[in-house]
Amino acid sequence: MSYVAYADRDHEQEHHDPDTFITKYIWSQDHKVIAIQYGLTAIFVGLIALGLSAMMRLQLGFPDDFAFINPENYYQFITMHGMIMVIYLLTALFLGGFGNYLIPLMCGSRDMVFPFMNMLSYWVYLLSVIILIASFFVPGGSTGAGWTLYPPQAISPGTPGIDLGILMMLASLAVFIVAFTMGGLNYVTTVLQARCKGMTLMRLPLSVWGIFIATILGLLAFPALLVSAIMMLFDKTLHTSFFMPAISSMGIDPGYTGGSPILFQHLFWFFGHPEVYIVALPAFGIVSDLISTHARKNIFGYRMMVWAIIMIGGLSFIVWAHHMYVSGMNPYFGFFFATTTLIIAVPTAIKVYNWVLTLWEGNIHLRVPMLFSIGFIFTFIHGGLTGLFLGNVTIDLPLSDTYFVVAHFHMVMGVSPVLVVFGAIYHWWPKITGRMYNETLGKWHFWMTFLGTYAIYLPMHYLGFAGVPRRYFAMGNTDFLPDSAQDLNAAITMSALFVAATQILFFVNMIWSLKKGPKSDPNPWDATTLEWQTPDHPPKHGNWGHHLPEVHRWAYDYSVPGYKDDFIPQNVPADAAPAGREHDGDQ
Amino acid sequence: MPLAVVLILLVVGSILFHLLSPWYFTELASNWSRVDFTMDITFYVTGFVFVAVNLFLAYCVIKYRHKKGARATYEPENKKLEYWLTGLTAVGVAAMLTPGLFVWAKFVDVPEDAHIVEAVGQQWHWTFRYPGEDGKLGEVDAERISNENPFGIDPEDPNGQDDIIVYNPEAHVPLGKPVKFSLRSKDVLHNFTVAQFRVKMDLVPGMNTFMWLTPTKTGRFELLCEELCGVGHFAMRGAVVVDEQGDFDTWLAEQPTFAEQNSRVAGNAAIGATQYGVCAACHGPQGQGVPAMNAPKIAGQSDWYLKRQILSYKSGLRGVHQDDTFGQQMVGMVAALADEAAVDNVVAHIATLPDNSLEATVEGDVENGQAIYTVCAYCHGGDGMGNQALNAPKIAGSSDWYMARQLDNFKTGVRGAHPKDYYGFQMGLMSITLRGEQAINDVIAYINTL
Amino acid sequence: MTIALGFLAIILATLLGWLLKQTFNAAPWEMEVVSDTAHYGPLGGTDKSKLIALLTLLAVVSSFFALILSAYALRMDLGDWVPMTEPQLLWTNTVMLIVASGVFQWTRNAAVKGQQGRLQPGLLITGVLTLGFVLGQFIAWQQLQDAGQFITSNPANAFFYFLTGAHAVHILGGLYVWARATLKVVLGTGDSTMIRRSIELCTIYWHFLLLVWLVLFGLLLST
Repeated sequence: MSYVAYADRDHEQEHHDPDTFITKYIWSQDHKVIAIQYGLTAIFVGLIALGLSAMMRLQLGFPDDFAFINPENYYQFITMHGMIMVIYLLTALFLGGFGNYLIPLMCGSRDMVFPFMNMLSYWVYLLSVIILIASFFVPGGSTGAGWTLYPPQAISPGTPGIDLGILMMLASLAVFIVAFTMGGLNYVTTVLQARCKGMTLMRLPLSVWGIFIATILGLLAFPALLVSAIMMLFDKTLHTSFFMPAISSMGIDPGYTGGSPILFQHLFWFFGHPEVYIVALPAFGIVSDLISTHARKNIFGYRMMVWAIIMIGGLSFIVWAHHMYVSGMNPYFGFFFATTTLIIAVPTAIKVYNWVLTLWEGNIHLRVPMLFSIGFIFTFIHGGLTGLFLGNVTIDLPLSDTYFVVAHFHMVMGVSPVLVVFGAIYHWWPKITGRMYNETLGKWHFWMTFLGTYAIYLPMHYLGFAGVPRRYFAMGNTDFLPDSAQDLNAAITMSALFVAATQILFFVNMIWSLKKGPKSDPNPWDATTLEWQTPDHPPKHGNWGHHLPEVHRWAYDYSVPGYKDDFIPQNVPADAAPAGREHDGDQ
Repeated sequence: MPLAVVLILLVVGSILFHLLSPWYFTELASNWSRVDFTMDITFYVTGFVFVAVNLFLAYCVIKYRHKKGARATYEPENKKLEYWLTGLTAVGVAAMLTPGLFVWAKFVDVPEDAHIVEAVGQQWHWTFRYPGEDGKLGEVDAERISNENPFGIDPEDPNGQDDIIVYNPEAHVPLGKPVKFSLRSKDVLHNFTVAQFRVKMDLVPGMNTFMWLTPTKTGRFELLCEELCGVGHFAMRGAVVVDEQGDFDTWLAEQPTFAEQNSRVAGNAAIGATQYGVCAACHGPQGQGVPAMNAPKIAGQSDWYLKRQILSYKSGLRGVHQDDTFGQQMVGMVAALADEAAVDNVVAHIATLPDNSLEATVEGDVENGQAIYTVCAYCHGGDGMGNQALNAPKIAGSSDWYMARQLDNFKTGVRGAHPKDYYGFQMGLMSITLRGEQAINDVIAYINTL
Repeated sequence: MTIALGFLAIILATLLGWLLKQTFNAAPWEMEVVSDTAHYGPLGGTDKSKLIALLTLLAVVSSFFALILSAYALRMDLGDWVPMTEPQLLWTNTVMLIVASGVFQWTRNAAVKGQQGRLQPGLLITGVLTLGFVLGQFIAWQQLQDAGQFITSNPANAFFYFLTGAHAVHILGGLYVWARATLKVVLGTGDSTMIRRSIELCTIYWHFLLLVWLVLFGLLLST
């Protein structure tokens, strides 16, 4: 019922409210329910990927001890861990989860513009997840080609899962892209068309901006993955030679001629680099809102923040080959891509400055979401700066394909967005469930996760400097590494297992809150954005009761001089804001 | 407050970790000190930003954390400050990028006088080719690759006749001379990395890639594959040995050319039969192996593998470990084979011996063994028949007690410990998969069924 | 990858142009009263939602084809490329698709003017022609197979099958929407505004796929 999105609620609308359990929670077209479905599914596969990483770490830390890990399943673990984390967890969670939940609420609409397609998007996504998980159990197992799925090895003997494994991986990706496109069309259209009255683009919270631009990146970049997946599928099943050159594989000529593995890499990274920002931009946006709300201060340099998001989004399409400096592509490309890559550091740095400057002269409440946000700033600075090493083509020479790369992208694309995910879940939990979580438990969760992950990844960079290659099942004895490198690896494993285990705190907290948590205020953080101003708490189907909200100001009216409260919600008209003494001491 | 303290401690701790870490760049052994220099600049710039921004962050958390009655300042933006920060960032970025681009310009521009070494990668093995007297490498073609012509050199091409063939994972280069590594792969992507040289490049099937450097230190430097190339990726090792010019020339002269390789006379089984008498004393007249003498079955084993092992014993790569009692015995025995031709002859004779099946002596859980064997099968084949293209010997039908002992030797480093025994080292890495004696027995019990 | 980049530049420039108009001079923290249409999208209010969604989808599909063409251009340079002779049948197919597109436009105009009687014949003719195109493409494949031009014979062939196949799949997707609209017209169910909108959107999609086909066909002929 697409008109729900913009028609004001009337009798007819009441009629369409879902009333059975199935229409309410399973085949629901309500963006909030779909968001939760997306979120739970993504977190579920994320936990599988976390388990895989624990097994990899066991092998790396203690190479001689665990009988259930052999090189074959080790490579399957790294492949599936990477693929799940990047695509099926982070992309799905930020866009399918947070995008779905926040866009209509923050834009002041009743739902996504196309609720049915939105529902379909989730179910197709679930199908892609099922295909992905099923590939673990087919003969030969899942693919072990690394998450980049580079041909020829992805479809040549010597790699695990070159039959059904890789076929199901590619099929799952294709299905995921269909799901993403259905969702993405919805997000874009909703942001453009279904904002409530008075909500200009520049009054949108940065969360929406981040998700919106990330969606556009996804819509334009995912086709590259689809094209490369289809072409590889052809090479595998029909024996074409798009990517496959003439080779002698294990002494046998498989009959390919003339293809180019580099072509695949270009296509893959044409998707793969924007993908980094598909994950990062929503995190940028969300963390901006968390920082602003909990520091009781407007986000510093809002316009610059919006334009930084747009510039990063645009530039992200012309930096892809920095993943390929040592791939054997024309080396002269290195000049161009190193330059564009380092240029992208400028808008990114501006975002970091503005987050910190938002805290400056703020009134910082160190509640759980804020802790995670500050943790994010720290890890993101670290991850961003190490990116300058790898982006600078010369320094990439010794560091590419080492643990330095692994440490860098986990810091910037793993830890940082995940800290935002946690911060965001804590922040919006009262809105989603109507209940508060346990603050102390939340703080413990933050400290263990933040310090634990730093203990994993800081030392890992140094193993990379020393020359430990990534994707090695075991190092064995070498001349150039000190023996202590293995001890350090073991210590990293201990930290990793510790961090993985402490995530239990999060689940305990959430389950406790659902059952016994105290009822929360409708607006516990005194936030200005629209999702906290819903008439029902948590918001019901249709979000806004009888009347759509009307927006009169931007999303960051915190601590405005001349007003008693230190926040003015977006839907408060200019003349109705509670004026009063500048400030009376206990807000 | 604890947050601010922790932030400060993390900054200080990170710097201390950096300064005190024993895990850092290996000592440079090439001309690429510029890479290290660019890295240093980047460290200064990023280090400054890391410290400055995080300390400011900590300061904000201390100074502006919520206090009763406090109120935030209202300041939507500050253009001047933002422009300044943008400008300074741009300067910092330029300071890092500019030297990087200059060094890269050097890297893509190979010196005219660089001599060429071709590195050929395959699953999971390195080989090398040097242009002979003519200074030119012969044409190659993936379709010509075979066990007899592992490089796929065009036999019609005169430039290829004098190409020097190194069919093992150890390359030699002379000190102080620029060398261009021309890189080629037979099957999948690989990557040529020597940590001490700082530079690396992928090997891409279907095309030639390159990188260059000038070695500045003599010694043996480990060569690693750093592009995922299948289950054996981590075991694809080799070495680049940097020699003084004289040593290099001597070494190069000992290596066969393509033409010499092709004109090698096949072993003569009849002559070999006369020499086999020494072997027969332990391995039995039919080469069926004699457990009491600790001599394994050799009949039915691939000739190339037998030859490689005999030569390994002769050159001291095998049978030198103090705990390898039986290997040491073998070293004494192979002395009877004077030269490579003698080895060829005796191997040719062994090839004529009947391959009779043996009684199983090792017991184990076949089902578990089969699960373990999936990894072995990548090289040794699902049927255990071995694959010369992968340098993996036949294991089906071999003496099981002997394989058990060898697997144990590989695991404990009794075999494969010699730095030049690349195949043994490789098998040592693969044998990590076998966790404990029971696993060895299980997998051998399964191999017995093949 | 220049083709894909050029295409992206166009998309991003369009987007950027619109964004600039929206935001450049805004100082959102200042309390200003904005117009009643300030929350509309680039093409207007909520009744344009489906059009926006369709245009976004077309951008995605264009990106898909632009990337294949980029791959085509890169692969073509690799030496083993043998140009393929396209079957003459493709000309007939092209004409069919052009006519189908034209008839769809005629039907759309009729729908806008409220000439309900023309909808049924218009839609049916379009459908038959379009199906004819898909069938014609399939027959062209058969002819190639009979002539020994298999997908594995040469990269040029592989791209030919890939491009025509991908294009045909998109046509079939359009035919699904067409079938739903046609069914409503034939059965006389559904309200006329909905049907009109459906036809309008389908027409844009048909023109777009015709354009894509002309680009592909031109490229296939010229290389």
